[in-house]
Amino acid sequence: MAMQAPVEQLAYVVLLDPTGTTRPDAMAVVDLDPASTTFAQVVGQTDMPNIGDELHHFGWNACSACLCPYAPHPHVERRYLVVPGINSSRIYIMDTKPDPKKPQIIRTIEPEEIFKRTGYASPHTTHCGPEGIYVSALGDPDGGGPGGIFMLDHESFDVLGRWEIDRGPQHLHYDFWWHLGFDTMITSEWGTPNMVRRGLDPEALLAGKYGNSMHIWDLRRRKHLKKLELGPEQQMVLELRPAHNPTRPWGFVGVVVSLKDLSASVWMWFLEKGEWQIKKVIEIPAEPADPALLPPLLKGFGAVPPLITDINLSLDDKTLYVSCWGTGEFLQYDVSDPHNPRKTGSVHLGGIVRKAAHPAQQDRPLGGGPQMVEISRDGRRVYFTNSLYAPWDEQFYPEGFDGWMVKLDVPADGQGMSLDPRFLLDFEKGLRGHQIRLQGGDSSSDSYCYP
Amino acid sequence: MSDLQAWLALLGLGAFHGINPGMGWLFAVALGLQEQRRSAVLRALLPIALGHALSIGAVVLILSLLQDQLPDAWLRWPVGVGLALFGLYKLFRSRHPRWVGMRVNFFDLTAWSFLMATAHGAGLMLAPVLLGWGRGMDHASHAAGQAAGGHDHAAMLRAAGEHAEHTTALAAAATTPLLGLAATAIHTLGYLLVMGLIAVIVYEKVGLAILRRAWFNLDVVWAVALVITGVVTLLL
Repeated sequence: MAMQAPVEQLAYVVLLDPTGTTRPDAMAVVDLDPASTTFAQVVGQTDMPNIGDELHHFGWNACSACLCPYAPHPHVERRYLVVPGINSSRIYIMDTKPDPKKPQIIRTIEPEEIFKRTGYASPHTTHCGPEGIYVSALGDPDGGGPGGIFMLDHESFDVLGRWEIDRGPQHLHYDFWWHLGFDTMITSEWGTPNMVRRGLDPEALLAGKYGNSMHIWDLRRRKHLKKLELGPEQQMVLELRPAHNPTRPWGFVGVVVSLKDLSASVWMWFLEKGEWQIKKVIEIPAEPADPALLPPLLKGFGAVPPLITDINLSLDDKTLYVSCWGTGEFLQYDVSDPHNPRKTGSVHLGGIVRKAAHPAQQDRPLGGGPQMVEISRDGRRVYFTNSLYAPWDEQFYPEGFDGWMVKLDVPADGQGMSLDPRFLLDFEKGLRGHQIRLQGGDSSSDSYCYP
Repeated sequence: MSDLQAWLALLGLGAFHGINPGMGWLFAVALGLQEQRRSAVLRALLPIALGHALSIGAVVLILSLLQDQLPDAWLRWPVGVGLALFGLYKLFRSRHPRWVGMRVNFFDLTAWSFLMATAHGAGLMLAPVLLGWGRGMDHASHAAGQAAGGHDHAAMLRAAGEHAEHTTALAAAATTPLLGLAATAIHTLGYLLVMGLIAVIVYEKVGLAILRRAWFNLDVVWAVALVITGVVTLLL
């Protein structure tokens, strides 16, 4: 159903000041209508009232989960953006309705309120869900663990408190999502705020201290059920993309790096004979490189790690996109058979060594690499930006880079892709784009109760 | 209000509750889609109807007990005003029901349906019928009704049939538990039939795409219905 929705006209993209000290972060509005004279340009921008928030991921107040049969409330409008700052622990609620091109902040949830009511800090990802708005948090106000999930009321935006009742052995946290048809919550692991906010800690990494597991939860009873371990060499288990169809109990998760050979991987979790299991389905090797071209962090290895920092699954659950932020490669896989992904497309853009250019400006080496991906609901258009997280950008791309956004076109069968030569957008100088949300919904906002 | 009108009103309100997706048919369809079997739709209907009946039955019981003890106006005013205010509240702010769960057994479904019906004031919506029905009886027939409560259900209904014209006789009986049971049953019958019909038709033929086009704001209709029943209760 959702795939027949109208084509998106606008995108919302969070912009951050990588220095965190010179100007406030912002919400940009990008024109996506190819017939418009301002196509592929920023047509509106709202600055935050504070400096140093580091806006990261954000989401809508409402989505298709509002139609779930056990608590249907179909008239909650998809209207407000819930925008957390990962460094400040502040959350802005923005209203897109009065003027979609100039979203307004209608409420600011101050960090103290989140600390007091949840004991969590560093809010990261938000999903609207059956009980309200769920927000993940990397850790506690002192920068330690555990990280977890807290809830906001999706009408008043009041902070309701922690989600977990029994967290079992779970300590590290990053992303979360669910299989609504199976009453199952899935969470992944990155690191506590202290392990990430000053950049990647090489000692902790080599000691295997970043997250290497996934957790399965009873969504209804808020109880930890099972820890799925990927192996001690797998470090940073990030973006979770469960199948959208609620009858399909499987999904994909990206792993940033393996300590064994700097490769990156995508794993598939699935329910078989009543047991949740996990296995590696895609592995992308590191690329050997001249140490002179590498940042200090990587010189000793003589290779560029692919660094899978984001993945995204089309709404029909057939096409998977993988961002290799280190090598500057963007990959497309046919996952009609999820156990055996088949590579169907590759595009190079940016990259630590390659610095691949865009067809629109072929003589301009690009910095950063494919990062936050968003797919239109019909699966025909894919957008991505190039910044990861300011302190990490600095380590892997020490010479700095401009923030840009691009668009790819995908044929109707979902196989193959090409960069739109008209779409290479530069954000305001000094600002970098992170997550993209499409007006009316996209492939990582909605979860469904009906197949 | 005549007996026939009262029974029809109960049946009709049952049908109205059955139409509301939030009262059950949508859950039944979703369970069918999740398991990809029609039998899952059908299996869900009975526990949902049972939960609804329990919620309605509780309200009927409480109202009839209060009716025994309190002067008519003492009951009508609070119930009527309460209903109208509840409806207005729902018009302006619909709270988010707190329930999560698609993996549900018979008991879960019954409990869910009971909660939904109770939280939406489904039983209270029957107040004008129940109170209007009981009106006009004097203390003597009231006592007679209580005596009649000792009879078995079938005899009760037989008696009701024989004295169909004598509204007051039946009105007296309306406060008895057995007739309350019959009222709950007839309401639930209307509810189950409409809910079951919609669930099977949507599952088999129409598909959920209909919701995109035809999911008019039933929450608003529901809230308005609450206000109207409140006002009717007052004007009886």
